[in-house]
Parts: sequence; C-alpha cells; structure tokens
Amino acid sequence: MSAHSHVDGQLPHEPEKATLEGRNKVLGFWLFLGGETVLFGTLFSAFLALRHQVLGGPPAEELFNLGLVAAATLILLTSSLTSVFAVHALHTHQVKSLIMWLIITVVLGAGFLGLEIYEFVHYVHEGHGFTTSAFSSSFYTLVGFHGAHVAFGILWISLLIIQLAKKGLNTTTAPKVYIASMYWHFIDVVWVFIFTVVYLMGKVG
Amino acid sequence: MMKRWQFVKRLAPLMAMMVLVLAACGREDLSTLNPQGPVAEEQFGLMKLAISIMLVVIVIVFAISLYVIIRFRRRKGDNTIPKQVEGNHKLEIIWTVIPIIMLIILGVPTVQSVFNLAKDYSKDPDAVKVIVTSHQYWWEFEYPELGIKTAQELIIPTGKTIAIEAKSADVLHSFWIPSLAGKIDTNPGANVNKMYFSAPKEGVYLGKCAELCGPSHGLMDFKVKAVDESSFDRWTAAIQEPVALPSDPAVAEAFQSKCLTCHAVGDLGGPAFPNLTGIGSRESVGGILVNTDDPQYSNEGSVYDNLYRWIKDPNSIKPGNQMAGAYDLTEQELEGITDYLSKLTLDYEQ
Amino acid sequence: MAHAHAHTHAVKRHSGLMDWLTTVDHKKIGILYLLAGGFFFLVGGLEALLIRIQLWKPMNDFVSADTFNELLTMHGTTMIFLAAMPILFALMNAIVPLQIGARDVAFPFLNSLGFWTFLFGGILLNVSWFTGGAPDAGWTAYAPLAGTTYNGDHGVDYYVLGLQVAGIGTLIGGINFLVTIINMRAPGMTFMRMPMFTWTIFITSALILFAFPALTVGLAALMFDRLFDANFFDPSGGGNAVLWEHIFWIFGHPEVYILILPAFGVISEVISTFSRKRLFGYSSMVFATILIGFLGFMVWAHHMFTTGLGPVANALFSIATMLIAVPTGIKIFNWLFTMWGGSIIFNTANLFAVGFVPTFVMGGVTGVMLAAAPADFQYHDSYFVVAHFHYVIVGGLILGIFSGLHYWWPKMFGRALNETIGKLTFWTFFIGFHLTFFIQHFLGLLGMPRRIWTYLDGLGFNEMNLISTIGAFLMALGTILFLLNIVTTAFKPKNAPADPWEDGRTLEWTIPSPAPEYNFAQTPLVRGYDAYWKEKMDGHKGMTPAEPLGPIHMPSPSILPFFMGVGLFIAALGFMYAPDWGDMFDGFKAGYGVGIFGLLILFGCMFLRSVIDDHGFHIEEEEILKDKGGKA
Repeated sequence: MSAHSHVDGQLPHEPEKATLEGRNKVLGFWLFLGGETVLFGTLFSAFLALRHQVLGGPPAEELFNLGLVAAATLILLTSSLTSVFAVHALHTHQVKSLIMWLIITVVLGAGFLGLEIYEFVHYVHEGHGFTTSAFSSSFYTLVGFHGAHVAFGILWISLLIIQLAKKGLNTTTAPKVYIASMYWHFIDVVWVFIFTVVYLMGKVG
Repeated sequence: MMKRWQFVKRLAPLMAMMVLVLAACGREDLSTLNPQGPVAEEQFGLMKLAISIMLVVIVIVFAISLYVIIRFRRRKGDNTIPKQVEGNHKLEIIWTVIPIIMLIILGVPTVQSVFNLAKDYSKDPDAVKVIVTSHQYWWEFEYPELGIKTAQELIIPTGKTIAIEAKSADVLHSFWIPSLAGKIDTNPGANVNKMYFSAPKEGVYLGKCAELCGPSHGLMDFKVKAVDESSFDRWTAAIQEPVALPSDPAVAEAFQSKCLTCHAVGDLGGPAFPNLTGIGSRESVGGILVNTDDPQYSNEGSVYDNLYRWIKDPNSIKPGNQMAGAYDLTEQELEGITDYLSKLTLDYEQ
Repeated sequence: MAHAHAHTHAVKRHSGLMDWLTTVDHKKIGILYLLAGGFFFLVGGLEALLIRIQLWKPMNDFVSADTFNELLTMHGTTMIFLAAMPILFALMNAIVPLQIGARDVAFPFLNSLGFWTFLFGGILLNVSWFTGGAPDAGWTAYAPLAGTTYNGDHGVDYYVLGLQVAGIGTLIGGINFLVTIINMRAPGMTFMRMPMFTWTIFITSALILFAFPALTVGLAALMFDRLFDANFFDPSGGGNAVLWEHIFWIFGHPEVYILILPAFGVISEVISTFSRKRLFGYSSMVFATILIGFLGFMVWAHHMFTTGLGPVANALFSIATMLIAVPTGIKIFNWLFTMWGGSIIFNTANLFAVGFVPTFVMGGVTGVMLAAAPADFQYHDSYFVVAHFHYVIVGGLILGIFSGLHYWWPKMFGRALNETIGKLTFWTFFIGFHLTFFIQHFLGLLGMPRRIWTYLDGLGFNEMNLISTIGAFLMALGTILFLLNIVTTAFKPKNAPADPWEDGRTLEWTIPSPAPEYNFAQTPLVRGYDAYWKEKMDGHKGMTPAEPLGPIHMPSPSILPFFMGVGLFIAALGFMYAPDWGDMFDGFKAGYGVGIFGLLILFGCMFLRSVIDDHGFHIEEEEILKDKGGKA
C-alpha cells in the first residue's frame, strides 16, 4: 500500500510484486495478453482464410524478400533478449543498467519498425496495396496490427525510461517496467508466428 | 390464492401448445408442421422426436417446480431454519446421466439425418438440376440441362428429386420452402451450396427468403409449383418457344426500349433481371401480388391488375427494389404493356 | 499499513456532478452502469414496441421498410450491448467486491474508464438516429449487406465504431473482475467458498476476455472494408462473407453465456436466501458453470447450420451444442432441490427467481431442439428462433436482472423497493412475456421468417401476431411499474438495515446499506461457505475481523477516464465522416484531423495517467468510527 516509502536500497528482490497494486498489475497484464492472443489468433485465422485471394496483385512467393524479413526477425528477437537483461537489472535494483538495457531495446524496436516501414513501402511499389485484394488487406492488417503494437511499445518504454530517470526505481515504477517487458516478449512471440505463417508459408506457397 | 395462480400460469402454455399442435398445423403449402415432401417429412420427424423428449423434460421440471412452490412455502410466523443440505451425489448423478441418455436418443438420428440430407444429387441423371440465384429481391431459377432460365416460380415435376445449387448475386439470402424442405443460405462468391428436395403431390408451395437482405426481405417470396411429368415436359417446351412482341407498334416500341433492356421474353431482351416469359400464367406478380379472379386481400387481384400495380409503382410493392425509377411510361404504354404481359401465358397444364 | 500514518495525503473528494464524473468507487460506477443501462433498456424497449406495432396486423405500414430494419438492428444491438451487459456490470460492480470482502476492485481507474468508454460507445451508436439513418443490417451485420456496396450511408459505420468503443469498456471490465476475484478476496475466502454470483461473474469475465477480442478484430476488419476499401468480406475483392459469420459467432456465442451466467448467479443467491437453505450441490454448480463457459466456445457454428459448412461440421456442432444441456440441467435441478425442503418466501425478488426456472427451461429445451441441424434447417431464421432467444435472454437474463435488482436494491441504495408494486411488476411482465413470445414459436413453425417488415394477409399469421403485440404492451406496463417503484422508493427514508431480508447469507449483508465508501471497516475473516450465515448459525452477531481498525487507503478520483471516452467519441466521428467533410488543407481530410485530435486526447490522458503517480488518500479511523456510530 505504501507505494513510495521505499528507497532503492530497501527494495525487495521482486519489487514489481511488492505491493498489491503491483501484483494486480502483473496478473491483469497476463490476462490482457491472453485476450491479445485471441486477437492475433483471429487475425491469423482471417489471414489464413484469405491468403490465396491475390486477384491481380503479386502472390506471396514473388513478393516476400526473406532476407530482409529475417534481418528484422533477428533484430526483434535480440530486443527480447535485451529486455530480459532489463528485468534482470530490475531484480538486482541497478537503475542505470536497467535504463541502458531499455534504451537498447527501444532502439532495436525502432530498427525493426524502420525495416517494416521500408518493406511496406516496397510492397506498395510492387503493386501490393492495402486495397489490392483480400490477401493484401489481411496481410497489412495482421502485420500492421503487430507493427502498431511495436510502435506503441516503443513509445511506452520510452516514457518509462524518462520516468525511471526522474523517479528512480520504486514499487510504483517497478511493475510498470515489468509489464512493459512482458508486453515486449509477447509481441516478439507474435512476430515469430508471423514470420512462420505469413512469410515462410507464403514462400513455400 | 398464490397456489391457484401458479397452477394456471404453469398449465396455460402447456394447454395452448397441445391445442395448437393438435388442431392447427398451419397451411399445407407453408407450414413446417404439415410437410408435403420427404425432406420436410424427415425434418418434421426429427422435430417431433425432439419435441417429445423436451416435453418430458418440461413436464418433470414443471411438476417439481409446482410441488416445491406449494409444499415448501413459508407459513406465517415460521422461523424455523430448514436443514442445510450440501447436496446429494445419487440425485446429482441421476440428473446428469438421464439427460445424457436423452441426448443420445436425439443425437443419433440427428447425425444420421445430417448426412442423409447432405446427399449430393447433382450428378444423378434422374434428378432435375436447378441453379437458384437470389437477387435483391427476386429469385432466378436456371435449369442448366434444359437451357431454361426463369424467375419467381420454380416449376418442378412431381416425384422427381430436385437437385439445387444455390448462390447469390448480391447479399446473403436463404432459400426456404417450409412445407417441402428446410432452408439453405445463398452465398455470394464461391461458397455455392447444394440441397435437394421433391414434391410427391401436385400443388403450389410457398417459398420465402429467410436471411435479412434489405428493406424488402419480408416480401421476397417465391412459389414452387409441382406439376405432373407430362405437364412439366410441355412447360419446358413452351417456355423455349419464341415470343411475339406486342401487336401495337407504339407499345412494342416502348416495351423494347424500356423493358427488354433489362428483362427477357423468349429469345429477346437481356438476362440480368427476371425473365418474363410466361408471366401471365404465373401464380403471382413480383412474388407477392397473388393472381386470382376472386381477390380477398389487398395483395390479391387479377393478373392484369397486379401487373398494372407493379409496373406503375414497383417501389410501393417492394421498397428498395431496383426496378423503381428505371423507366418512364405513359398511361397508354403502361396499359398496353400490362395487357400484353397479362396475356403472355404458357399453356402446359391440363 | 504499518507506514500508513507516515504519509497521509490530503483527501481529494468531489461532490455533485463532479463526483459522478470522476468517481472510481465501484459502488458508484455500478449505479452509473445501472442508470445508463436502464436508459438504453428503455430505448431498446421502445424500439421493440414499434416493431410489435408494425407487426400487429398484416400489410401494415406504420413504419417504412427501411425504418423497420433500423429498428430491428438497433433493438438487438442496444439490448445486448447497451442494456443487458451494462446492467449486469452494474450488479457485478455493486456486489462482487462486497461478496468477496474487498474494499475495492483491482483497478478502480480502469473500472471508471470501462464505464465511460461503454457510455460514449453507446451514445455514438444512437447518434446515428439523428444523422441520417441508424444501422440496418441486423445486430449480426452480415456482409455483404453490411458492406458499402449495399449500405452506402453511415449507419453501419456507427455500428462498427460504436461497438468497438463500447467493447473496449467491456474487455477492461472483464480483466478487472478477473484480477479482483483472484487477488482481492478476504482472508479465508477460498475459491470454493465464493458465493455463486461471484463465481458466475468470474467465469463470465473469463468469457469476455477470450470472446471480445474476436469481435474487436471482426469490427476492425469490417471498418477497414467500409472506411478504407479493404476486401475482407467483399467477394468482388476476393473476400469471403462466410468469414464474417465465423468471426461474429466465435464472439457471439460466448456472448450468450456472458449474458446468462450472471443471471444463473443471481438466481442461485436469491433462491438460496429466500428458501433459507444452502445452495444445493454448490460444487456441481461451480463445475457446471465452468463447463458451460468452456463449451460456449465450441459451438459457434450452430448459428451457421444453413451456411453450408458440410455434414461433418454440422454433425459435430450439433452434438457439441446438445452437450451444453447437461450442465444446464444440473443447474436447474440444483435450484429446484435448493427449494426442496426449504422455507420459501415469495417476495418480488424470489418471484422473479422462481419464475425464471421454468421459463428458462422452456428456452433451454428449444435450444436443444435447434441444436439438431436438420430440424434447424426449418427453424433457422424463423420466428421460432426469435421465440427461443427471447426465452433465454428475456425469460432468463432479464428475469434474473429484475430479481437481482429487487434483491440488492437496499444494498445499493439503502432503501427497499415497494413489495406491492414489485409483485405487480412481476405479474404483468411475466404474463406479458409469455404472451409475447410463446406464440412466436408457432409463428416460426408455420412458416414466418424473422426480421420481416410485414407479412401478407391470409397466411394464418394474423391472430398470433396480434396476441404477441398485446403481450409486448403488457411487458411495457411491467417496466413502467418498475420505474414507478424506483421513483416512489427514492422519496422514502434511507433506512434499510444491513441485512434487510434477515436471511442474508453472504458478506454483502454484514455491512451497512448502502455500503460505506471503504466497504468494510475491518476486513472480515471468512470461516466457510455462506460466510455470514455460518456466523449467524454459530450464534455470532457479525464477522470476525481479520485486522485491527486503522486508516483505509483509497484511490483518488479522476476525470481522465471521462475524457478518454470523449476522445474516442470524437475520433470515431472524425474517421467516419472523413469522406464527407472535405480537406483541411491540400490532400489532408478534415475528418482525419478531427480523428487524430480525438486520439490525441486519448493518448494525452494515458500519458498523464502514467506520469502522475496516484498515491490515493486515507480515510482515518475517526471517520470510520463516526460512520459506525451513526449507524448503530
């Protein structure tokens, strides 16, 4: 209950779970991710149902450039690892290291997003616009929903970095960092599925 | 006081149900409770089985309800605490197992019937194939093997299996002839559906659209007319014969320039909208204006009157249909065309 | 709590309108949900009456065909999303924290946000009546009818965006109550000691969590189709109309259980209390609830038997659907045997509950009948289906809601509703209900499709439709009586005791009516199922406290949720009207500008919420003691 009575040195090992509010947040966020799973599950289903409806646009096996996507995948997976380091720093109460790892995570996330935007622009030039076909609509919606999640995560974690710098690590900021890291892992996992279902399966036909 | 009320309240719907089930099964040409063909009969059989099982459930629940409501009412000033019962394993097992048995009794014939009604007659040489295409708000019937396209009235030979391929030209509709067969949706795009039915007895059966499709969804009726096989053969021949234009050249001109741009008669005109060949001998105009010499209701009249009403202002008959405002006729042309169409009959029944 | 005295914050409390706009108190939010849901219930009811007036005679033209489709669409959408669910949210907000011995919900701020997004979504949907036409493609909004080709005006846009905004609120509420129930139970309140109502809310919340995201995606895809020319459901662009049906019903069927499970909970509480008996077969009730929730996700395609999914799918979904009858049957018999051997008092709350049982059984058996796919080919989209789901939703859910409202009214408002008017309400509503809907089974069987604007004369539908319309007016009369009851009760003194029924069994009856802001002066120690009843039987006057009296920490009120709702409302209107409003500057539509402005309000509020730490405030011992004294 007494959120800001702790100072850095007195924090428990898992400061995100030190208060009821923190525990509520962590549990609530797990549940939220459960809902997000259904959300992406539905988007995947829609994509799978429509992915052969290319009409006049380029089909998946001609369109996708696996090299670029693999690079994006590598960047995003690395950012997942750096967010693990951030949570480790959180548990060992090293604010500076925590902030550093979060910054690296954000930078990697931005790199991923940059590649994705480049990729989308390239596709549109290839004649694969949002309104081209059911395949293109469902592709942009699925991958775009994920991209929007990455973008939101970047803004969110950036905001948390500023808060950490200003307020330090305490039982109010710790749960925020922890759930942001959960969120980041989740969008990485979703990306692994997108890479497999959209790109690899698209290449195979 | 309460006792009597509860009693009446609980028995009234049961009584009403019995009365309705026994006394009125509805119109022979419209009711699912009065099946006129084997498919509807099979479905009615399953309905009867389900209703019987469910009546048993209802009777049991109502009886126990009635008993506890009467027996365990709190008497005035009664402050005793009833025994607090946690549960009863024996009872709980009973009311788990008995429903499961009931469901098996219902489930087995259900599954059998599902597969039976999914039989595909589209390759059967004895079956009459019909492609049903639904439009806002009319039905197109194509006999691919006979090269016939007609609208609003599906003519079938008695006793033969009719193999339906159903699709939609615009939004979802659903093809339903309650007294002959349950419905099947007509989907747009590649989701073509198949079903079959047959009518052993001659007669006209009412068909309905059963999926919300726009303002005139409720008025999107059609007819299924079962005739004996020789009449059916005469019909297929008659409908393919050429049709002469109106004899009055002014009417013919108007008919050609204002009607045949969308509609077809014989080998003239366009295929996009209802084919008018033989419209004068159909049961109804627009699916809902019933042709009769003895009109009783506001939607009934002679063929001429109905056609006149329809052509004059289709939107007042079926709001939102695409014929409204598509043409402009003088009173003279209107009467001439109506007269011509009302005499556009096919002579095939004996 | 040990540190509490070290940092007491200034008490931030508002009064009047500002209090209601900023409140994060679950009890006040419950009242807000009740007000808003009640209002939409009246709107939906009015729409129903207009539908029934149109159908009272053949070939009627009381309303136009277009208006009729708007009415049936808005009636369904309003009743499900804006009336039934919010009133359930009202009950769960008002009661669940009290039943588990909690001082608040897990996320008070989000709770308030959930309410305001629901309200602004609901208002958005209804604005359509005044801007050129409400949605008219049915509450199921099947494509392609709901697409721009066949629905060029903005009606369906309002449906898509209104439900999207309202849906956010529902999802938030679901998560909130899951966490509340898992994390905030009083000491000793194990899962298997939780009251049945709390259990059903728990399962309902889980269903919301896993069902609503599917709707979110469906609505987003339909929105993309409509606003940005995507091709999800448009066959000419390679889309698939059947995909919408799948997505809609994967959400839509669990939604049915989201609605009915809480009613099961209410009935369990009410019947048990007024029979003065422990709920019969509590653990099998819990099990049945979980099983119904689980099976609820396995049966969506029984709404699509006529879509043409093939015999294998139809057979599987038939059987899966029939299976739901088993846990439901367990519940029915458990209620009957709760009454068996009890000492039953028939006040209004219990009349509704006892009336519920046979009525719901009638809705249930027609459900099993509908599950038999070949027979469903006949029932589907006929008035038989209309009768079935009204038996389940009105005869089940609405009777349950009425029961719950009469039961918990004293706890929510400190005044008991009048019993005489209450009983009149029950009888008019109950008889009116059966009159309206029983006959509709037969209309369907005799060949009357649903959602039809009018019917021809001479088909044998006339008398039954007339009876149905008369019944609808009786239901309206019952509703008016209920409103009358509320109004007259509001002028009575606020004198309800803590346990007004004297047979209360659960924790909410151990605290004053209405509950103080902090609910429990001291968190109670729970020693068994039916915690309060157990103490009563052991000869105790109240609960044993689990903690000493001390200052209580409370969350601060906030206006941000209100503005987040406003932001979403503005954003939705902006994006919707972008094609109509022209350019703000070259190549940039004014509508998008408005839309982005709305989103900025939303994200700005989120930013403020993240940056400003809310430490809440404390209610001091003196104030708590004063409350206690005042009541004694």
